[in-house]
Amino acid sequence: MNLPRWPGAAVVAVLLLLTLGTLAAVLWRADSFSGLGRADWAAVRFTVIQAFVSALLSVGFAIPVARALSRRRFIGRGLLITLLGAPFILPVIVAVFGLLAVFGRNGLLNEALQWLGLSKVSIYGFSGVVLAHVFFNLPLAVRMILQGWLAIPAERFRLAASLGAPVGVLLERPMLRAVLPGAFLSIFLICLTSFAVALTLGGGPKATTVELAIYQAVRLDFALDRAALLAAVQFGLTIVAATVSFWIALPEGFGSGLDREITRWDGQKAWQKIVDFGFITLAVLFLILPLMMVILRGVAGLSDLPSSVWPAIGRSLAVALTSTALCLLASLVLALRGGRAVNVASALPLAASSLVVGTGLFVLVQPWMNPAKAALPVTIVMNALMALPFALRVIEPAVNKAEADYARLSDMLGLKGWARVRIVILPRIRRPFGFGAGLAAALSMGDLGVIALFATEKQQTLPLLMYQLLGSYRNDAAAGAALVLLGLSLALFWLFDRGGRVDADA
Amino acid sequence: MLTLDALEITQGDFRLGADMSFEAGQVTALIGPSGAGKSTLLSVVNGFFRQTSGRVLWQGKAIDDLQPDERPVATLFQDNNLFPHLTIAQNVGLALGPKLSFGSDPRVAEMLSAVGLTGMEGRKPARLSGGQQSRAALARVLLMDRPIVLLDEPFSALGPGLRTEMLDLVRSKLLTPDRCILLVTHDPDDARRSSDTVALIDDSEVAPPVPTEELFANPPERLKTYLGI
Amino acid sequence: MFRLTSGCWQCWLRCESEPVEPEPVKTGGGKVIRYALGPHPFGAWSKIMKNYLYHVAGLCLVATGAMADTPVLNVYTYDGFDSDWGPGPQIEAAFEETCACDLQWVAAGDGAAVLSRLRLEGDNTDADVVLGLDTNLVAAARETGLFAATDVSAEYDLPVAWEDDTFVPFDWGYFAFVANKDVEAPADFRELADSDLKIIIEDPRSSTPGLGLLMWVKAAYGDEAADIWADLADNIVTVTPGWSEAYGLFLDGESDAVLSYTTSPAYHVIAEEDDSKTSWSFAEGNYMQVEVAAKVASTDTPELADQFLAFLVTDAAQSIIPTTNWMFPAVTPETGLPEGFGDLTQPTEALLLSAEDAAAAAAPAIEEWRDALAQ
Repeated sequence: MNLPRWPGAAVVAVLLLLTLGTLAAVLWRADSFSGLGRADWAAVRFTVIQAFVSALLSVGFAIPVARALSRRRFIGRGLLITLLGAPFILPVIVAVFGLLAVFGRNGLLNEALQWLGLSKVSIYGFSGVVLAHVFFNLPLAVRMILQGWLAIPAERFRLAASLGAPVGVLLERPMLRAVLPGAFLSIFLICLTSFAVALTLGGGPKATTVELAIYQAVRLDFALDRAALLAAVQFGLTIVAATVSFWIALPEGFGSGLDREITRWDGQKAWQKIVDFGFITLAVLFLILPLMMVILRGVAGLSDLPSSVWPAIGRSLAVALTSTALCLLASLVLALRGGRAVNVASALPLAASSLVVGTGLFVLVQPWMNPAKAALPVTIVMNALMALPFALRVIEPAVNKAEADYARLSDMLGLKGWARVRIVILPRIRRPFGFGAGLAAALSMGDLGVIALFATEKQQTLPLLMYQLLGSYRNDAAAGAALVLLGLSLALFWLFDRGGRVDADA
Repeated sequence: MLTLDALEITQGDFRLGADMSFEAGQVTALIGPSGAGKSTLLSVVNGFFRQTSGRVLWQGKAIDDLQPDERPVATLFQDNNLFPHLTIAQNVGLALGPKLSFGSDPRVAEMLSAVGLTGMEGRKPARLSGGQQSRAALARVLLMDRPIVLLDEPFSALGPGLRTEMLDLVRSKLLTPDRCILLVTHDPDDARRSSDTVALIDDSEVAPPVPTEELFANPPERLKTYLGI
Repeated sequence: MFRLTSGCWQCWLRCESEPVEPEPVKTGGGKVIRYALGPHPFGAWSKIMKNYLYHVAGLCLVATGAMADTPVLNVYTYDGFDSDWGPGPQIEAAFEETCACDLQWVAAGDGAAVLSRLRLEGDNTDADVVLGLDTNLVAAARETGLFAATDVSAEYDLPVAWEDDTFVPFDWGYFAFVANKDVEAPADFRELADSDLKIIIEDPRSSTPGLGLLMWVKAAYGDEAADIWADLADNIVTVTPGWSEAYGLFLDGESDAVLSYTTSPAYHVIAEEDDSKTSWSFAEGNYMQVEVAAKVASTDTPELADQFLAFLVTDAAQSIIPTTNWMFPAVTPETGLPEGFGDLTQPTEALLLSAEDAAAAAAPAIEEWRDALAQ
């Protein structure tokens, strides 16, 4: 494509600086060195186990749901698929409160059980951690797997039907083999850095994750060496997991074209329809009910919102849009460059401990400028970084496809470099680009960023305002802020996603 | 004159040799069974595949080290000849350079009218029939005005009637005394009808082109086998 | 990812302070151990950059004129202190009326985050005053050598005597389990452990109230603390990263009681006219938290910093504290406490470990706690 190689190299360098570089900076500032203790290793063990189980269950449940969505058509299917993405972009505490409104001691489930004369169940503990992680990541898994299903050409289903061949063995199993490792890996990595979910629902110190151990090391003990070591363990786990997964199968992209419906000739028996709709209903209840509770609580709190919610919204939107632009630019550059090194580098943010990144950035930034002034720029960069793995996974396959289809024509016409990107690539990847933008915008909308250390001077973003409200007894107003946050995140997602589709040529 | 000088092409187990010249002012059909390497041979000429040894020369000058867009070659591929997100005019205009604004160049309209697409400038490919899409692609090749034109079964998705029409259009509009056209086809009728000479590809060798009438009047064994006679 | 980062924010509120035995806290004076931070790796550069920025800034200030001569006081504090409804804005306005200066809050997470930040900045810090450390952090703070002594003092209305030449207390509270009034209150930790009551507590590793609870049990039970924790295990619904989550879950009905402050019910009475909440006084005493402020040694405006610390313990500042920070003022204003504070549960005894004892007890206590609850 005759693109210069430096932009890709520069983005990879920035990625490495922000992930491994910040870790090195933290280590550099450490003034003592000791190894990891027994408790640290217990945290590593728990973290890996819960991440593994969470990923396994998310993917396992996602398979029948995705299959059902791929072969059934019903009114509101498109809307449902959009809404299914909501938990993924929800700030963690909002989601936890929503989940507890359904599964908590006082939640809908227990009220129903009580009404039926059954004894209450408690979700706190390992099961609660896994439940919450499945809630967050099931939508991601469904999307990735659904994408795999929709990528099977309709003709193959027709062929299979005409031969009376088993669709599962012939078409679905190879597809799943290609898609599942990638889906599993993504979710495993996301759960690896879990902190608040694991702690709040974990029920006690048994549920100590590596991220909490890092937190303790930095905040309580100021043991920067231990924090850096723990962060290095997280990166190590990521690299092992990524290698294993790449070795089993190359991850597929996910995201675009999910509103496509494929006419299927199999699975039309009545019991299959019942099973499919059963799974769809289950997924809807599981994912949408907590959201509904968030909305119900929030509506009541809207009137309690302080007027500072407006500047907070403005700031959050500005942060979200800027980091989206940054994230897309970086993703595009990386996707155009391609290669396995890029893939590994782009998985690193998933495993980065935000506290270590924040501390490292602080150490790097502070000599040059007042960290308070850097708070918003740093938030923007961090949000872009954290959304990058997701945006890249959407955009890269699309870029590859555009190149596979049109590289020769473009080469013959002398379309090179930036002109090639502008005239050929960008228009070809509009849909996934829009989807990636929506994802990045929504993710950074709900992200608190790593500004804990970058003291702010009246610069709250919406999530920060929500936490401040929650931290000063104003739970109703906090619920209102959570609703505004949810609404804005979904609206941004919808707008970008839509923008990519309108007038897009097949 | 396009010369393939002791060309050796290998790709895994596949091997193809060619040593011959194609005269300007003629359409040469390349025919042979699938997998014989017809398209691969074109890829070596238009610069997408590098031969193992030997040279490709145009008018006595080697073109092997030139990028695809620098070669005196225009190609119509089997598919994806038009960008679906651009209008017909923009697609054709790209022949003049990597700018969409060339779509409004008067020469674009001229070429479109030459292939019978007057008034279709603003349409996107999806709103054109298969035959019209082929014409639009042909208009771009006309506008590129390169001395070597490679046709890699570009009309194979069209019905027989349309295909004939397109091949006639190629001969009437594209064939000039100083242009050399290579047509890959698996249909002997296309070759018989539209080409001046035919080069058979089989057994890892490209046979030198033979005048079409002569070949079909007195088919060698290889052609007989291929034709099933 | 967003959801993974949130931890930093959840704990910040409610900084607590430190324990001291019922007898007078002995702080102050004594040993100032210079914290072993080397020179900052970018020290030299940072000086150059600062000079450069100073000149650039200087130009701007000349251009804007008016502000040029106003001295600036940078006060690092925790996030909730400077929120719209926290004490920050009012205290800033009141102080600026008297000082002809510009007070700028720099809010970072919670008390522990503020101290971490100061340690990272070392002598290069812009901070003139740090406000919002609690007694559990005082020993570590002292050890950094980053704070300077001050001669500010006052007639503190603390349940314990306070003598310290560096750390100035500005408010305090008792830790307590907050519950609905219709729940029968246990008399002490043992009774709580024997009951079926469900409680939510904060994690001592990420939250100051959580650490306060640990010190509470330690101060009350000493070597038996581990047994108490083992007995409490089945009462604990869950352990949250910070006060906000714990209190939020409690309000949502996830537990009968939550670790908070005796002052928490006052918020519900005053702000929501809801008197259904109460807090439990335990027979072994309730542990205290004292929040302190201190002057940073490297400040370039030591007089102004002292002036601010002195202002902090005047009526003007102290009368703002109760209904904004929902803590007891360190010096009761002449006008008394707001209505609603009078009816609060009065603990029988105030527990507080000295800063040094608390610092020494923290690590083994956390290990003990973890082992007892991880069974």
